[in-house]
Amino acid sequence: MLRYVLRRIAYAVPILVGVSLLTFFLFYAVYTPEQMARKNLSTKNPTPAQIEEWVKEHGYDKSRSEQFSKHMKELLLLRFGKSDATKQDIWERIRAGVGPSSYIASLIFVCSIITSISLALVAAYFRGTYLDLWITFLCVLMMSIVYMVYIIAGQYVFGKILKLSPLGGWRGGLDAARFVILPMIIGVIYGLGSTVRLYRTFMLDEMNQDYVRTARAKGIGERGVLLRHVLKNAAIPILTSSVAVIPSLLLGSLLLEQFFGIPGLGSLTVDAINSQDFAVVRAMVFLGTVLYIVGLILTDISYALVDPRVRLE
Amino acid sequence: MIQSAPFPSQTLLQVEELRTHFNTPRGVARAVDGVSFQIERGQTLAIVGESGCGKSMTALSLMGLVPEPAGYIENGRVLFDERDLLDLTWEQMRDIRGRDIAMIFQEPMTSLNPTFTIGTQLIEAIQIHGTANGEEARRRAEGMLAHVELQNPAQVMRQYPHELSGGMRQRVMIAIALANEPKLLIADEPTTALDVTVQAQILNLIRRLQRETGMSVLLITHDLGIVAEMADRVAVMYAGQIVETTSVRDLFHRPLHPYTQGLFASLPARARRGHDLATLEGVVPEAVAWPPACRFEPRCPFRWETCARVAPKFQPAEAPWPTRCHLYDPEIADRPMRGTPRSQQQVARDLETAAAAAHTTEVAS
Repeated sequence: MLRYVLRRIAYAVPILVGVSLLTFFLFYAVYTPEQMARKNLSTKNPTPAQIEEWVKEHGYDKSRSEQFSKHMKELLLLRFGKSDATKQDIWERIRAGVGPSSYIASLIFVCSIITSISLALVAAYFRGTYLDLWITFLCVLMMSIVYMVYIIAGQYVFGKILKLSPLGGWRGGLDAARFVILPMIIGVIYGLGSTVRLYRTFMLDEMNQDYVRTARAKGIGERGVLLRHVLKNAAIPILTSSVAVIPSLLLGSLLLEQFFGIPGLGSLTVDAINSQDFAVVRAMVFLGTVLYIVGLILTDISYALVDPRVRLE
Repeated sequence: MIQSAPFPSQTLLQVEELRTHFNTPRGVARAVDGVSFQIERGQTLAIVGESGCGKSMTALSLMGLVPEPAGYIENGRVLFDERDLLDLTWEQMRDIRGRDIAMIFQEPMTSLNPTFTIGTQLIEAIQIHGTANGEEARRRAEGMLAHVELQNPAQVMRQYPHELSGGMRQRVMIAIALANEPKLLIADEPTTALDVTVQAQILNLIRRLQRETGMSVLLITHDLGIVAEMADRVAVMYAGQIVETTSVRDLFHRPLHPYTQGLFASLPARARRGHDLATLEGVVPEAVAWPPACRFEPRCPFRWETCARVAPKFQPAEAPWPTRCHLYDPEIADRPMRGTPRSQQQVARDLETAAAAAHTTEVAS
């Protein structure tokens, strides 16, 4: 097991370099250093001299390969440096944003898993009945609606008309609950349609297995069959499809944070892209990749824990 | 071999006119279509037939495990210990499954839950019926594993199904099935998926356990060799119906129904060494479109035009035991010959002649 994890970590290095290389070239394919300088200089009409100075100061005047090797070295040592736009230390900014982001994202994750599994169990238990049909119909309906509609409609109905929650914003401590509730509900509802349908399929696949027939032949009731035998086996694909995202919960959600004005890492990333702040973008992409790779390793480990047939070596 | 039950009242299971149908996109499939048989206490009844003839569905109907919602029991009676199982609620039936009637299946590879240990699955079977709990259930489970002749039961209790061989898994299945000392064991092709040597061991095990507990066995198989070894009585099934039923000795001595005769003729026999094996031409028709009168008619070497028009009786007057064929019915005026019991060799010769005749006609036309 340990050797397996170490090998996977070794595999992660080329992936990280590749992802960084791609980010590097894609960013430069879209923006030139002059554009970045223009955007980030405080004066309205900067002179060519000012621009040149900014480019030089941030090291964007060196050759591409020189820039990339410096850039890669810094990233691998986790020295993210300062933001191009705000001159703020990026680690400091991450430390400030990770709290709100992970708070909302993990709440959404936990609530989604619980509701999806419960609804999928209900649909599987009443498979082929009208209830199952209605659940499927609602799921497809929910899948067909764009995220924006949920966000805007949610803010309009709950924030503006019913005045049950603030439209957006953030305050730390106990007060946070007030600001969290609406984005959380919207986040859960948005993902629900597809996961319920997916989990229902996982469960129905298991219901058709021979061991389910054996369990019934033993005299186990339908509920026991579903909650014990089917659920444990369906947990395997459910795990693999959900554990991978757990580390990425730290990074929060791009859209939700932006729309609800939550000062998390999602809005940090969106702002950085808008202001052509390459230092922040490369740091966030690198972090995202690391966390995703960690997620995949966790998936494999959890696989081995739940399914006795799986051995990691 | 037990000839017949000492007391006729010793009937454990009596199935009458059982019909299990399926709704399919192409119409109603009459998978089990008016099946009647009975099993005495301590006896073994074998149901024989090709695949697709309704054997397994008959077994699942008795267990109340017909795949819903497509499948349903149209009518019939299943008297078990003088109770009609078809009248019971799902909950009452749940109580009978695994306690009074237990079942083992063809695929020992997939019939156990891959994510639970053998011990968990065995203890569950004991606890679900409340016959033992906690430490006692565990002790009994381990005892069952020793009883089905598994080496090192304590270790097997901790193992997962994928760590066992096919034969060992089938032994575990038998241990689970017999954990609550059922009165009836339904064994659906219990050895089909196993090696020949393991087959013999499993069959011996079932026989030994049957002797010890006095349970009845409903054995479903396509293998006449297994029937000869295991069963007291036999019912030959074809296209959802029983076409012939009698004691094993009678059936092996002189099979009456052309289908049964065909089954025997396709067995290798020492007397016919060097000859090709006879085969039954064609396959079982599909359950949505059984032939209207005699279901075996399209494949029968003895058929004549009445066979496609009039359905044969289950027990015609000249047949010494139920045989669904016009050859034994004196009321059928135009039968070309009177059905006479024949030896295996004669049957094989008849089939060859019939096949040759068919071939000649084909060439002539």
